[in-house]
Amino acid sequence: MKVRKILAVGLIFLLVAALLVGCSKQEQQPQQQQQQGQQAPETEKLKVGLVFDVGGRGDLSFNDSAYAGLERAAEDFADKIEVEYREPSGGGQDREQLLRLLAENGYDLIFGVGFLFTEHIQKVSQEFPDVKFGLIDGFIDGLDENSNVTCLLFKEHEGSFLVGAAAAMKSKTGKIGFVGGMKTPLIERFEVGYMAGAKYVNPNIEILSDYIGTTGEAFKDPVKGKELALKQFKAGADVVYHASGASGVGVIEAAAAEKKLAIGVDSDQSLTAKEDQRPYILTSMLKSVDVSVYETIKSLVEGNFKGGYSVFGLAENGVSYAVNDYNKELISDIQPKLDELKDKIIKGEIKVPVDKKEYQEFEKSLFK
Amino acid sequence: MFLSELLASSLRMAVPILLTALGAVFTERAGVVNIGLEGMMIVGSFWGALGSYYYGPYFGLLLAMAAGMFLALIHAVNTVTFRVDQIVSGVAINILAYGSCRFLSQAIFKMATTSPHVAGLPKIDIPVLAGIEFLKPLVSGVSPIIILALLLVPLTRFVINRTVFGLRLRSVGENPLAADTLGINVFRMKYAGVLLSGMLAGLSGAYLALEHTGMYVEGMTQGQGFIALAAMIFGNWEPAGALWAALLFGFSEALSFRVVEGGAIPYQFIKMIPYVLTLAVLAGVVRKSTPPAADGIPYERGMK
Repeated sequence: MKVRKILAVGLIFLLVAALLVGCSKQEQQPQQQQQQGQQAPETEKLKVGLVFDVGGRGDLSFNDSAYAGLERAAEDFADKIEVEYREPSGGGQDREQLLRLLAENGYDLIFGVGFLFTEHIQKVSQEFPDVKFGLIDGFIDGLDENSNVTCLLFKEHEGSFLVGAAAAMKSKTGKIGFVGGMKTPLIERFEVGYMAGAKYVNPNIEILSDYIGTTGEAFKDPVKGKELALKQFKAGADVVYHASGASGVGVIEAAAAEKKLAIGVDSDQSLTAKEDQRPYILTSMLKSVDVSVYETIKSLVEGNFKGGYSVFGLAENGVSYAVNDYNKELISDIQPKLDELKDKIIKGEIKVPVDKKEYQEFEKSLFK
Repeated sequence: MFLSELLASSLRMAVPILLTALGAVFTERAGVVNIGLEGMMIVGSFWGALGSYYYGPYFGLLLAMAAGMFLALIHAVNTVTFRVDQIVSGVAINILAYGSCRFLSQAIFKMATTSPHVAGLPKIDIPVLAGIEFLKPLVSGVSPIIILALLLVPLTRFVINRTVFGLRLRSVGENPLAADTLGINVFRMKYAGVLLSGMLAGLSGAYLALEHTGMYVEGMTQGQGFIALAAMIFGNWEPAGALWAALLFGFSEALSFRVVEGGAIPYQFIKMIPYVLTLAVLAGVVRKSTPPAADGIPYERGMK
């Protein structure tokens, strides 16, 4: 009993001590900041903040691409801006708090990475009319040039069309697969683009399609990502494309284990994969989130930030497929065909479907 | 071929649940409810990846088990020594695990939610059996932890039902006062049960990170610690029961992967299969479950 009491009192003492130490540190911080301010009062830097999507930095995919753009801007405009990023916790319930926190701290431009930020940015942007916002992948209705929000949108279906064609041309079994993250219209755009591209080069191709789940958690469940990919490989597919954020690590792992091919998404995933996985990554559908982030920061620095919508498709080099040192031999034989398809899409000769309905019409037109 | 694929997939999905459920058997048989198992799996996945990243997979496994046991020690100090409500302590453990992994991941890997790629254990082909074509998916390229988990079932059963340690553990869970009267150190037995559960949950987390994915991703446990608790109750606090329950969960997950998405069944219903199946079995098949008599009740000397 006595021991217990001593332990309890000791713990309380420790807690109080920790609190005191914590407080004293906070007191010191503002002083330092003041000193810094006094040293360089004239260089008022623009502050750029970025809040990541579920999966966070290090997903080797979507978020890392956004981070690359932020980092490049921070280097190029080092004397004009300072950057900061935040990662939402768990299921991302604190997205809105993080946006608000950055806005309250006097940030000039804040990015929300991912469509899940749509309603939060809509709300927060109205509360802070002087702060500019960049929303990646999300669509807010009724914006114009004078709005303080710019929506950065991508034609994922066009890029997916190309990797779909690549998959169909590389498939020996006549079966290919798709693993999506959370089932939403955005991810379905990847799926139908991929299916359309595959059918375009080989109308008889069979496409297996699976989704990991119905919540944001589906973007960080590599266990299920791997199981679904394994299932598709065992069912005869020999190329699998994923659009599932950090869950895609599992898809690539499955491809390497089965010695089949995987197609990455958003970033060039050949570069970030393990050494022994690289031979099994056919290509990646590149979505230049980094370019969009960089360009938006650049416009702010140059004083010509515009609200509204920026759309990045094949023509704008906003989406494309990856060629690198690891896959150039694997992909060289189909590259001319892919570039031909790319030209056709840019010229408008191929109209890539964006949803299931358009896809069905597209498929019908192929069989005519 | 399809059948053995399905079974192999079920097994891979079942193993993390099974390991944690075996841990749950130890702690609950000693009379301590441990809903912190989810948190212990989380630290297992993080520390497993960390250890493997720096010193290889074997060290990763050791570190994962140690991390699980460390959280279990906190739970034991809280609930056994200080007689804190066991649910409250378990919830706190889960939050602590989540926050500490995020913090450490940011500090060590410079990324809050993922680790770099890490190495797993070498995969095993079971001799003789791997030659049979039908069994191939089940017995070739198997993670050693899957085999270990399956071996642990009879071992746990033996330890709990046939050894002195097991008898004392059970007596502490059923009637601590009687056990104390007979000179059994109740507190030490409870500590042992809780620590074993932490070790197994940590191992289970390491399986997810090292063997299944080759990387730590925040939230990769996806609530399997809680499912493991359900599996243990489902299996009537018996290791063999926990095995069947874990296999049922794994099987229904694997089955839901394989239901072809088509016009007939809406997608959301396919994703419901594991849970509906579980409810159906719980409601229809399982007989009355009997927890240890003193499960969840803190023991104090001289208590009436």
